[in-house]
Amino acid sequence: MPQEIVPEEQYIAGSRLERILRAGRFAVTAELNPPDSADPQEVYDAALVLSRVCDAINATDASGANCHMSSVAICALLTRAGYEPVMQVSCRDRNRIAVQGDVLGGAAMGVKNLLCLTGDDVSAGDQPESKRVFDLDSIHLLRTVKIMRDQGQYLSGRKINHPPRLFLGAAINPFVQPYEWRPLRLAKKIEAGANFIQTQYCFDLSRFRTFMKRVRDLGIDQKVCILVGVGPLRSDRAAEFMRTKIPGVVIPDEIVDRLRKAPKEKKQEVGKQICVEVIQQVREIKGVAGIHVMAYRQEELVAEIIEEAGLLPRPRQPKAPDEDPFRPDRKWKRKSSD
Amino acid sequence: MSLGSWLRDRPHFLEIVYKAAENFVTRLDPLISWIGYDRVERLITPPEEIAKEIVFDCRMCGQCILHSTGMTCPMTCPKHIRNGPCGGVRGNGHCEVKPEMRCVWVEAYERSLHMPIYGTEMTQLQPPVNKSLRGRAAWITMLTGEDKEVPAGWEGISELTILDADHTCWFSSQEE
Repeated sequence: MPQEIVPEEQYIAGSRLERILRAGRFAVTAELNPPDSADPQEVYDAALVLSRVCDAINATDASGANCHMSSVAICALLTRAGYEPVMQVSCRDRNRIAVQGDVLGGAAMGVKNLLCLTGDDVSAGDQPESKRVFDLDSIHLLRTVKIMRDQGQYLSGRKINHPPRLFLGAAINPFVQPYEWRPLRLAKKIEAGANFIQTQYCFDLSRFRTFMKRVRDLGIDQKVCILVGVGPLRSDRAAEFMRTKIPGVVIPDEIVDRLRKAPKEKKQEVGKQICVEVIQQVREIKGVAGIHVMAYRQEELVAEIIEEAGLLPRPRQPKAPDEDPFRPDRKWKRKSSD
Repeated sequence: MSLGSWLRDRPHFLEIVYKAAENFVTRLDPLISWIGYDRVERLITPPEEIAKEIVFDCRMCGQCILHSTGMTCPMTCPKHIRNGPCGGVRGNGHCEVKPEMRCVWVEAYERSLHMPIYGTEMTQLQPPVNKSLRGRAAWITMLTGEDKEVPAGWEGISELTILDADHTCWFSSQEE
């Protein structure tokens, strides 16, 4: 874990994801596609597939501004069944009052990881006529939850009896302009309270390497765990759709060409292969702590991708490490009673 | 090209004007306070609104941070992000919500590079917007200190500068 090495009782939230990152293991998270349904079984069916191959499951908050089962409800279902969720909270649909309430509610349900997002605009979804809220932005949200967690109070200063213990996450997109500012915006998110990062889809590896070099030069990678967003492309048409219609997704021409040249029945296989290659390459980049798999409507591929990338079996919940894997010179002294 | 965008592309000039105006208004503070802030506010709100709307497309949030955001109004961002840009910027640097508009924050960053006085304030964490100041004159809320009021829990941590002295990205264009 790039952060200061601390005794177990001082862990930020003690979540499985935090423990795996602190143990210096390469973490794997995956996104659960939320059901358009009131049947909890659909959540459990999706979670069962993912839980065997990843360390935490992201419950999205109406991503792409499309309505689905809420993230707080999915998290409640997941924690009830013993799974480890990452609750996503976006600022698009709720003001600061609602968001702080949801954070407490999620923590009460057993959520220990929280991903703070500004959120896609309503115009990206199927109900573009709805009101956009954006009372806070992602950095405000991070700081607000940090205040709730560390100072035990709401943004207003009013006391919280039992503060939430949350491992705080944020999203970054190094693949869009202004490229030189992106590492500094990441630094702002860390300053605001981010403990881990999940990035936008990474297909443009040369851009990502440049970004990570700057991040390392600034020493930012020592303060946060960066999980790189990856995912399989179903076909060249899907790739074309994603890079033109989904805001912030950058897919280089070589990748689209490679999919286009593949025979029709092999396209999905090639898309999966590209994803595995991206994972293997980002693993080699210094400062990368894990991956975040987003396989929209291709959940069945997640397990294959993670297996073929050589990331199985996933570790059981690890104990606190004896030494900081990023700074082997600084041994953590266990208490004599241990 | 409108007068506003012509002026906005001269951020160094604007920051000098801002600094001078801030100095001037601060010096006038005793007089304004003697006349009464609300009386003066009633007088200067309409001209402030018109002038700032022409130059910055101002939305009258009542707590102006223009000089900290590359002399570019963050409230013109469709998502009202005060610590931008978001991750939805298009390949051509345009806005995810309004494809015909350049991303407000891409412009803010580019302009901040030409602002030797206030450029590095881009790295400050801006606190959440106080929606109750909407429509107020920002010069008056600056004098009364209302624009600096932050939520109680936020107190004392709003003016953080994130990096020590590594401003290697700033002013490189001016050294050429």
